[in-house]
Amino acid sequence: MLELAWLIPAAPLVGFGLILLFGRALGEPLAGWLGLSAAATSFAATVVVFLGLVAEEHSERFFVQTLFEWVPAGNFSVNAGLLVDPLSITMCLFITGVGTLIHLYSIGYMHGDPNFSKFFLYLNLFVASMLLLVLGDNMLMTFLGWEGVGACSYFLISFWFTDPANASAGKKAFVTNRIGDFGFMLAMFLVFSKVGSIQYADIIPWAVEHLGDPAIAGTATAIVLLLLVAAAGKSAQLPLYVWLPDAMAGPTPVSALIHAATMVTSGVYLLTRMNPVLAIADGWAVDTIAWVGALTALFAATVAVAQNDIKKVLAYSTVSQLGYLFLAVGIGAYVPAIFHMITHAFFKALLFLGSGSVIHGMNDEQDMRKMGGLAKLMPITSITFIIGWLAIAGVPPFAGFWSKDEILLYAWNDNKALWAIGLVTALLTAFYMTRQVILTFFGRTRFYDATAEEINAAFDNRLVSASGVTTEAEEALAAAHASVEKAAGDVEKKTAAVEVSATKLNDAKEALALVSADDDSHAKLTKALEKAEKGVPKASENLAKAQSTVAEANASVDSAEEALAAAKSSYRALAAKRSTLPMPDTHVTAVSAAPKLGDLAGEMPASYVERQEYHPHESPWTMTVPLVALSGAAIVGGALNLPFTKDLHFLQHWLETSLFGNEAKLAVATSTKWGLAVVAIVCALAAIAGAFHVYMRGKVDPRTIEKTPFARAWYVDETYAKIAGGPGHKGFDFAALFDRSVIDGAVNGVASAVRSIGSSLRSLQTGYVRNSALGIVVGSAAVVLWFLSRLWQS
Amino acid sequence: MFAQTIATPEIPWSLLRPLLFFAEGAVILVTLTALFPRLRTKSFPALYTAAMAVGALVTLVPIWRRVQDDGPQIILDGALAVDGFAIFVTAIISVAVFFTALLLDDYLRRENLDGPEWYVLVLLSASGGLMMAAAEDLIVTFLGLEILSIAVYVLAALHLRRSESQEAGFKYFILGALSSAFFLYGIAMIYGATGSTRLGEIEQALALVNERGLSPVEDSSLLLAGMALLLVGFGFKISAAPFHLWTPDVYEGAPTPIVGFMASAVKVAGFAGFARVFLGSFVPVGGDWRPVVGAMALLSIVIGSFLAIKQTNIKRMMAYSSISHAGFILIGLHAAGSTDQGVSALGSRSVLFYLFAYTVMVGGTFGVATLVGRQGDGAHSLDDYAGLSSRRPLLAGLLVVLMFAQAGIPFTSGFWAKFGVIEAAVRGENYVLAAAAMIAAVVGAYLYLKVTVSMFLTAPESDDEGVMVESGGAIAQVPAAMIVIVAAVGATVLWGVLPDLGGDFLRTAATSVLR
Repeated sequence: MLELAWLIPAAPLVGFGLILLFGRALGEPLAGWLGLSAAATSFAATVVVFLGLVAEEHSERFFVQTLFEWVPAGNFSVNAGLLVDPLSITMCLFITGVGTLIHLYSIGYMHGDPNFSKFFLYLNLFVASMLLLVLGDNMLMTFLGWEGVGACSYFLISFWFTDPANASAGKKAFVTNRIGDFGFMLAMFLVFSKVGSIQYADIIPWAVEHLGDPAIAGTATAIVLLLLVAAAGKSAQLPLYVWLPDAMAGPTPVSALIHAATMVTSGVYLLTRMNPVLAIADGWAVDTIAWVGALTALFAATVAVAQNDIKKVLAYSTVSQLGYLFLAVGIGAYVPAIFHMITHAFFKALLFLGSGSVIHGMNDEQDMRKMGGLAKLMPITSITFIIGWLAIAGVPPFAGFWSKDEILLYAWNDNKALWAIGLVTALLTAFYMTRQVILTFFGRTRFYDATAEEINAAFDNRLVSASGVTTEAEEALAAAHASVEKAAGDVEKKTAAVEVSATKLNDAKEALALVSADDDSHAKLTKALEKAEKGVPKASENLAKAQSTVAEANASVDSAEEALAAAKSSYRALAAKRSTLPMPDTHVTAVSAAPKLGDLAGEMPASYVERQEYHPHESPWTMTVPLVALSGAAIVGGALNLPFTKDLHFLQHWLETSLFGNEAKLAVATSTKWGLAVVAIVCALAAIAGAFHVYMRGKVDPRTIEKTPFARAWYVDETYAKIAGGPGHKGFDFAALFDRSVIDGAVNGVASAVRSIGSSLRSLQTGYVRNSALGIVVGSAAVVLWFLSRLWQS
Repeated sequence: MFAQTIATPEIPWSLLRPLLFFAEGAVILVTLTALFPRLRTKSFPALYTAAMAVGALVTLVPIWRRVQDDGPQIILDGALAVDGFAIFVTAIISVAVFFTALLLDDYLRRENLDGPEWYVLVLLSASGGLMMAAAEDLIVTFLGLEILSIAVYVLAALHLRRSESQEAGFKYFILGALSSAFFLYGIAMIYGATGSTRLGEIEQALALVNERGLSPVEDSSLLLAGMALLLVGFGFKISAAPFHLWTPDVYEGAPTPIVGFMASAVKVAGFAGFARVFLGSFVPVGGDWRPVVGAMALLSIVIGSFLAIKQTNIKRMMAYSSISHAGFILIGLHAAGSTDQGVSALGSRSVLFYLFAYTVMVGGTFGVATLVGRQGDGAHSLDDYAGLSSRRPLLAGLLVVLMFAQAGIPFTSGFWAKFGVIEAAVRGENYVLAAAAMIAAVVGAYLYLKVTVSMFLTAPESDDEGVMVESGGAIAQVPAAMIVIVAAVGATVLWGVLPDLGGDFLRTAATSVLR
């Protein structure tokens, strides 16, 4: 049955080939089902091989299947071969098992994506590469798988490559991983130059043979440190972890499969595979592994506390848990490391897929501040997510408790400081995961809330209309002033008219006095006098009217002034309110009330209005079935290696063949074990209670916990960017300058002597020929000088 | 009377056939096209040149058989060697000529340039390269070097309507002449020191005095200065730092298919001559020259990898990249000069594999550059590659493979090439070189990634029609050029998956150059 091992990587490779050829023709969903069946076939083959391996004797469980002679180059001969032993098959089981479930999940998740078949193409290639990585019987095969998974990861992160963030994240992953690769390659070469082979079947006996040999310890230390560089790159440890949080830009199933369950564990696998070499290295080398792991675990856990993106929390959580695995490997606790790797694969894949389901159901929303109360809307997702939470938080009897407790036990056995860091990390883990569960699934549904940006936009609308009111008032005032002026003019006119009529009356009287009563004109004049007498009161009447109009106009000016003042003050009041509005990026937590919209409701922007139409919903069965399956594994996964009696140490017995007695020996009394377990449980429960206190009941302002350094990951990324963009960039600039200016310039100095000759050789466009020529001369002079110095030495 | 005083060596014509295909092929081509002007306009010269390359490749088979049966031979009174090394290098140069001929065909038509001269010069230049690879005498090496170089000077300047091209040719010529002078002077000094220009005799002279525990030769300063000047001459041809200053300018200005030829055939010939001379005669004094080669390697890798990043012109970028590749090959050469036989075999093997892999990769890369350059041969900025994946997905996909190969990503021949030289360095316990090479590989990877990213992630600035208005014509995927690119990618992937294909040939060739 062991001979079937070749089928394990071959099945997804064939799937890759078929999708490559026919992917477009198959389209959605057939390409997905094809990819799924390839992964499932691989899983079935793994199970068969596993059963075959179980049937073998303990010592016989080391089987090398040589496929073909690959690089038969003289003394450096490499076969393409597979190494089947408990370690590699354990890895294969969970890679193909989790991988199959994630394929199924992806069929639902990637629904409607224009590059549906391409996604499964990469996914199958990834699974094949990952299987080659763990099954390879020599370091070169492992390295090729190592590079293969890296390339797939890079492709899949940039999958939606129209988005520049994704593209830059992919680039980051690529470059950081190259640093790790360089460690791997140098380690491989070093192994080759010392052992004369890079086959594990040769390296392991060599290392076992030289156990305790001080002559070899130096080399082994170098190898281990180089492997640590490699593993830190792939498994996202300090200081090379920066790519993993950014990698969350890719599709969620990718995060689950590659960036949580499988690829990122390959560093731990590599170190475990090389455990005999670790055993002969100097103690400080393996201690370095443990400390890198412990510090990464603590560091990432603090960052996870303050993240608001649902996937970023899980990403930092993954970095932190991987740190746990490194810690375990560094103290020789290989079995707990593999144990936790398996349980972590279960519950972290579950959590990622759960978050993907949330994101899917929430219309691609990833900000937990806008979630809340989803438990009612997405029952399956929330129940399975809660199981994953209990598992990672270390609550018995869920899987994570058992494996994490093992690591803490071994840490206690090795170094109390490491144990303390591990315990604090566990506490933080329980805290930030509880925070995530509460923010996402409990509390008020904040999905429909207006965001700070939306409120600001609405407020701005309002401010604009308020300023419109002010303008209107100003216009009215101006009109009132104009009418006052007009009325005043009228009064003047009317006053003049009164005088005119009085003059007329006088004139008429005087004229009448001059003529005798019997004159012809007397009757005429009398008539005029009568008229003038009538005209005077009329003019006075008109004047009084005009005066009253003026008074009215003045009154309207007053009222217009009042209106303007009111408009201005209300605008000012509104503008002053702006500072009280929620600003973007403030902490909105479960307990804070919905921002009061008041009369802003009518002015909300389109994004808000549209969102009111959308209803978060549960995901389709293709997505929920994997969730349920993984949550089952997250509940019972602990049964792999229960601590109660020796008979229950299944995993420990199983992995014995691969560890060559390098597993650390426990020297801890049973009562201490129980005590440590109780401490761990109490810590986990306390952290959970604390998180409930803060986020569910709102007794503490979350801002006192979510400090800015946490939220910004201790500024590591920014510092890197500064170095790369500042001094690093300057370095490049300087080098460029050096080549073109300093070398050229130095040459120029020499050149001035021969400028008259050289000027005829001027270039047309760039650089000067004479400079290049003199560059050659200077170089030659350097070479000749070196040779002459050899002469003087002899 | 003369027959008695000057003994003419016997000429084994059958062993000279590949050389004749190129040297006489060139003469026949120029005669034919002069007699029948109609032949000038069609694709005849290109097909003819490609046929010559294939012919040379085919005649290598019987010669290889004979070498296997009778062992390596030295012919023409000690002038040329016929051994695995010469055959291997001849094969690589033939491939380069084949690629160049196919690329030139459409290029000339597109640029509205005429004439079989291009092909004649390519053939002549290649014949010089063949001589360098086989030369057993420093004078013959120099002869080959000059035949190779002078033809390429002209080729670089032959795009008569582009002043950049003429500038490039001019610069290349001036600097090349300078380095040739160094080279010739070096030969004279070596002759003065050892009394011979034959590689075998120089080696014996050095080994003999070495055995007696005396100073290397009668006058060491002459020998050392001579070696130094030879290093300068070769260093220029292979564009290794600090003799690299000409490379970016010349690569930028010269016609793109010719740059491909320079980066492949000329560089291969330079390395072949380098290996032949230094491994053939100077191994006994390896302690003197190997550190210089190591330093040149280090400098080339660092300058090539780091400065390439600042470039925005693809051809300049490839120039720096070729400097860094030269550095990698020098690491292999450094190991090959070791007195430890295992290390030296590993080293010379890595050099040959690298040369092969690099020739293929760079041929394909400049094939793409030729097409993307469009009419006027001017569209070589990184911006001209923006969004290539959406306009010409096939071309972009092929270029990605070539870029990854140059970066040394697994499953490409470029990976095994870098793997080989680093392996040789580690075996020779030159950890500094190995580590520097790895770091440079990491840095260099970024450069190739930059090109890839610009092709895939940047939206094209305008549609095909807009581009047409801007820079003279859309990108035409001409069959002849596509054959080159696809063949290059195919070989890159094939040897990436099966690096030991033809491994026996490679090993024999590698050991035959070591004395």
